[in-house]
Amino acid sequence: MNDATTTRLTLFNFWVAFGAFGLACFFGMYQVLERSGLFAFLQSPAVYFASVSTHGVLMAFVLTTFFIMGFGYYTAVHSLRQPVWNPRLAWTGYGVCVVGVVLAAVPLLLGKASVLYTFYPPIQANVFFYLGATLLVVGSWFWCAIMLVMLARWKKDHSGETVPLPMFATAANALLWLWTSVGVALESVFQLLPWALGLTDTIDVGLARTLFAWTLHPIVYFWLIPAYIALYCYVPQAAGGKLFSELLARTAFVLILVLGLPIGFHHLYMDPEQGAGWKFLHMVGTFAVAIPTLLTGFTVIASLEMAGRRQGGAGLFGWIGALPWKNPMVLAAILSLLMLVLGGFGGIVNASYAMNAMVHNTAWVPGHFHLIFAGTVVTMYLAVAYKLWPELCGRKLYSGDLALVQLWGWFIGMVVMTTPWHILGLLGQPRRISAVQYNSVLTLSWDPYESLMVIGGFILLISACQFVYILYKTQTAGEKLEAEPAAADDAVRPTPAWLNGFTLWNRVILVLMVLSYGYPILQFFVLKTYNPSAWGY
Amino acid sequence: MQIRFPDKKWFHEKLAGLGGEMSQLEINELEWKWLVVSLAMIGLFVGAIVVTAVSHGIHPPSHVETIDSASLHLSQEFAEDRLGVQPTPLADGSLQVRLVAGRYGFYPREIEVPAGRRIVFRMASMDVLHGAHIPMTNMSTMIVPGYVSEVVSVFPKPGEYPMLCNEYCGLGHDHMWSKVTVVAQENWRAHATGGEQP
Repeated sequence: MNDATTTRLTLFNFWVAFGAFGLACFFGMYQVLERSGLFAFLQSPAVYFASVSTHGVLMAFVLTTFFIMGFGYYTAVHSLRQPVWNPRLAWTGYGVCVVGVVLAAVPLLLGKASVLYTFYPPIQANVFFYLGATLLVVGSWFWCAIMLVMLARWKKDHSGETVPLPMFATAANALLWLWTSVGVALESVFQLLPWALGLTDTIDVGLARTLFAWTLHPIVYFWLIPAYIALYCYVPQAAGGKLFSELLARTAFVLILVLGLPIGFHHLYMDPEQGAGWKFLHMVGTFAVAIPTLLTGFTVIASLEMAGRRQGGAGLFGWIGALPWKNPMVLAAILSLLMLVLGGFGGIVNASYAMNAMVHNTAWVPGHFHLIFAGTVVTMYLAVAYKLWPELCGRKLYSGDLALVQLWGWFIGMVVMTTPWHILGLLGQPRRISAVQYNSVLTLSWDPYESLMVIGGFILLISACQFVYILYKTQTAGEKLEAEPAAADDAVRPTPAWLNGFTLWNRVILVLMVLSYGYPILQFFVLKTYNPSAWGY
Repeated sequence: MQIRFPDKKWFHEKLAGLGGEMSQLEINELEWKWLVVSLAMIGLFVGAIVVTAVSHGIHPPSHVETIDSASLHLSQEFAEDRLGVQPTPLADGSLQVRLVAGRYGFYPREIEVPAGRRIVFRMASMDVLHGAHIPMTNMSTMIVPGYVSEVVSVFPKPGEYPMLCNEYCGLGHDHMWSKVTVVAQENWRAHATGGEQP
């Protein structure tokens, strides 16, 4: 069901996503070079912090939002076998997002918005940066609405039937995003924009940080769910088998949605404006949300094992060798699961209520989230692009071998870059510095790791360029693809209503959100607080 | 409206209903086992944290205390002549250290504290967001304008430690650090000087 509208919507979204990705990798390369201190002529805090801010915004907000929207349109149309509901609305949302990105990009590139991607009041950015970021979020709400309407319409026409898993997960993600983006939207509309426009003189930093924390962790699941969709819905088939358990998959998506929302305070462990009890509550939730990831690891690996055994792999580990490692989707799944395991360990340390003090705001943290986000999530995004590009362009993938080299390069580069970061973090190196200026004996031990980081960054940049090149060549010079007949879907087992819709879960989330954020937000209106005024860089 | 309180019968009915639904799910035996293992793992981690938090009182810095950052210099506590290591120990024998964080340093720029003693740091920002961290120790806190950050630590070994700003606070952020010298208890000068700083 590849109608022209869906193809165009998906491609237009993907172009922005992967264009931003390629560009952001150049900023990343500059940052590792500058920060290593090996090249004196590159040293410039002004350029470095402008670059970090741009890299963060492009990767975390632009790549993700546009990829998720494009993938969502494709998934909804294919799994529901319905055209996109209200394409005009979809294009409007796309337009709002693009305008937002352009508005934010100008001050970012001019160094007028070096507030990193977490905003940092009372350091104030140019008003167009906040406006652009807000429009990007508002535009993405159009997509959420379309996904939920398509789900509702399908359920009305197919009463009693089970929603296909990819659409169930996509709708869960749209809901998750609506719930989670409220925090940053409130911060933006009621605090940052009036303040940047000069309508108010001061800003409540404690409240701003709390609202941002509301968004800051669940946003990670917004990025992660599409990667999980690929792991559950594409990988087992690509490996020559089928999904081990669809029910466990649905349970995992519901658990991520419900447990992923009320846990943002583990980003505020070291902050003075929230009490220990609230942090403790969010800590318990943070550990609970590891469960769906553990379930995902189990189900995906079990599916891979079944596929490996079907292809003749025997013994305890023989099935691993029997897997089709030359299939980009399978290779990406294996590599991204490896990085998920490594990054997951780091995450458990971060989430630990007391241990966090050792690694908070050190290089350990970007080490962890580069493994999880740039590693696990982006690797699956790349694999999805390799799968969908031929379908969307009607041309064969330019070079399957180059794609495999590219994926291996991304994995190796990520491991080479993040390992020294983890060590530097344990040695206490702060994450957000442009150079090491401390005249202290302790900090001399940081030096050897800096060069390793540069090598990792270089491998990653080459890999990113290969990726963009493969997509470009596929689209412009790939051989024409013969249309393949659509494969028949497996019959879906009956599913209980609570794993086939979200009404119940929305109520549960509402209760959890009020419990975990009600008083922590209210306190800023009850306590006598003092708000600072704006500062430049 | 009649409210039905859950009695034994209600509970049995619910449980039977849930059991029926669960058996419909046809959850594989291996899946159940893995679910149990996952829950046990998470339970172990959370349990370890609960034990340290409750029995040893280990909590992240969570001192919800507000202060006007704009007039720190006029305040009782953070006025310039009241900063640094306090001459009088607290009732429990801990030493109190007061610092102001501002672009780009922690003031006073150098402090000297004894090893093996409980140190209570109290800090406030006079401008933007800062973070204080002494590498390879658990002395770490964010310093949010408008709030007093209180954090407790003990440094077992004498030596020179940098106290780094670990939160982006502006273009001079790289240069923001102060020196903490930890000396053996018997060499600590404050015994003689009443806490006066080098």
